[in-house]
Amino acid sequence: MKNKSLVSIADYSKKDILRILELAVEFEKDPYQQLLTRNVIATLFFEPSTRTRLSFESAISRLGGKVIGFSDSSSTSVQKGETLKDTIKTVSNYCDLIVMRHPIEGSARYASEIASVPIVNAGDGANQHPTQTLLDMYSIKKTQNTLDNLNIFMVGDLKYGRTVHSLLIAMSHFNTTFNFISPKELKLPAVYKLHLDNLGLKYYEHTDFTEYISEADIVYMTRVQKERFSDLMEYEKVKNVYVLREHMLEKTKKNMKILHPLPRVNEINEDVDENMKAYYFTQALNGVFTRQAILTSILGIR
Amino acid sequence: MTKSKTQLSVSAIKNGTVIDHIPADSLFDVIQILGLNKLNKMITFGTNMESKKLGKKAIIKLSEVFFDERDLNRIALVAPQAKLNIIKDYKVVEKRVVEIPDEIVNIAKCVNPKCITNNENVQTKFYVVSKEKIALKCHYCEKITDKENLVIL
Repeated sequence: MKNKSLVSIADYSKKDILRILELAVEFEKDPYQQLLTRNVIATLFFEPSTRTRLSFESAISRLGGKVIGFSDSSSTSVQKGETLKDTIKTVSNYCDLIVMRHPIEGSARYASEIASVPIVNAGDGANQHPTQTLLDMYSIKKTQNTLDNLNIFMVGDLKYGRTVHSLLIAMSHFNTTFNFISPKELKLPAVYKLHLDNLGLKYYEHTDFTEYISEADIVYMTRVQKERFSDLMEYEKVKNVYVLREHMLEKTKKNMKILHPLPRVNEINEDVDENMKAYYFTQALNGVFTRQAILTSILGIR
Repeated sequence: MTKSKTQLSVSAIKNGTVIDHIPADSLFDVIQILGLNKLNKMITFGTNMESKKLGKKAIIKLSEVFFDERDLNRIALVAPQAKLNIIKDYKVVEKRVVEIPDEIVNIAKCVNPKCITNNENVQTKFYVVSKEKIALKCHYCEKITDKENLVIL
């Protein structure tokens, strides 16, 4: 994994994933190990994503590393018409690793082919966001003590939700059973079901929360966005169907945890926040440790 | 002796390549992909010819032109049933079919308008995930381009 860019979750084998998750445990014990004191890392955010950028910068700063970069491209030469290629080639000279967020899909793969330093993809449009997937998996492993043989419910926008797609691909190494809950318009694309079929994994599709939620180990919530609907009548009909409320948790398993990539809007009612099963804020904290593991692993320090 | 009027007015070639069974509406894509517009050899094109298999087919006869297999496989995307006859001294010395390669570089356009290849000067590259019902997975944005959305660069 040394010097290898992380663009897509498919770049990491099952072994690579497990190694990152084990490393992250060590960073959780001590997030202030001074491992990056001789490193400069660039965070290039061509579109704003405050949460992801702060998580990376916190991960780097706590390890004693220096951060250079920008938080949106409006004040940079991108505005003057500089190509991505030129920006990446130039910034490669100034740092040991580039963390990059860009609205164009495939931009991170392209950057990894022209940069002289490794690229960590922090989101390329609707395509990939692999560090999110790894922190989701860290959260699953930490709360369930295993990744194997779990029952995962994915709820909301399963058509466009990249976090859902990447998590599905990554968890399919671990004999997961999936339950997909979404409106018809936002069903999981066929290509992912084909992937599960090929691996012989079990999955079920529902259009609303069912009594089966009592079997869930993990409920992974995502936002159902209005702009995804071609028919707004349809949106009005379904918008309240995919909201998780505290009373719905009564019959769920003791070990069950609710995850959400955040930001949340209204799909998890605030009355859930104080419930022991709500895990989404801790999940965000786990992102720091997971990113520390990823960065030090790619830089060849751990 | 007068030539029969029903006879095809395309003459045989002495040495070269004949590409047959091209779907008529793919002829110009084939010309584009093989760069025939830039060749200075004698080339004969026939199109909208009757074909039991394809309905309307096209044929290309290239005098003194031989392709290597990799170049020819590039046309498999638009003419999967194309048949090639290699001609030496007026005789067919070899017959070949085309085969869709596993990787398609710089031939097709990615269907995703938000893909980097449609936004910067980046060569397209696809992995062929299905050869029967053509499906190409973009190396960059990872979206699938299928037969209906296939556009040749």
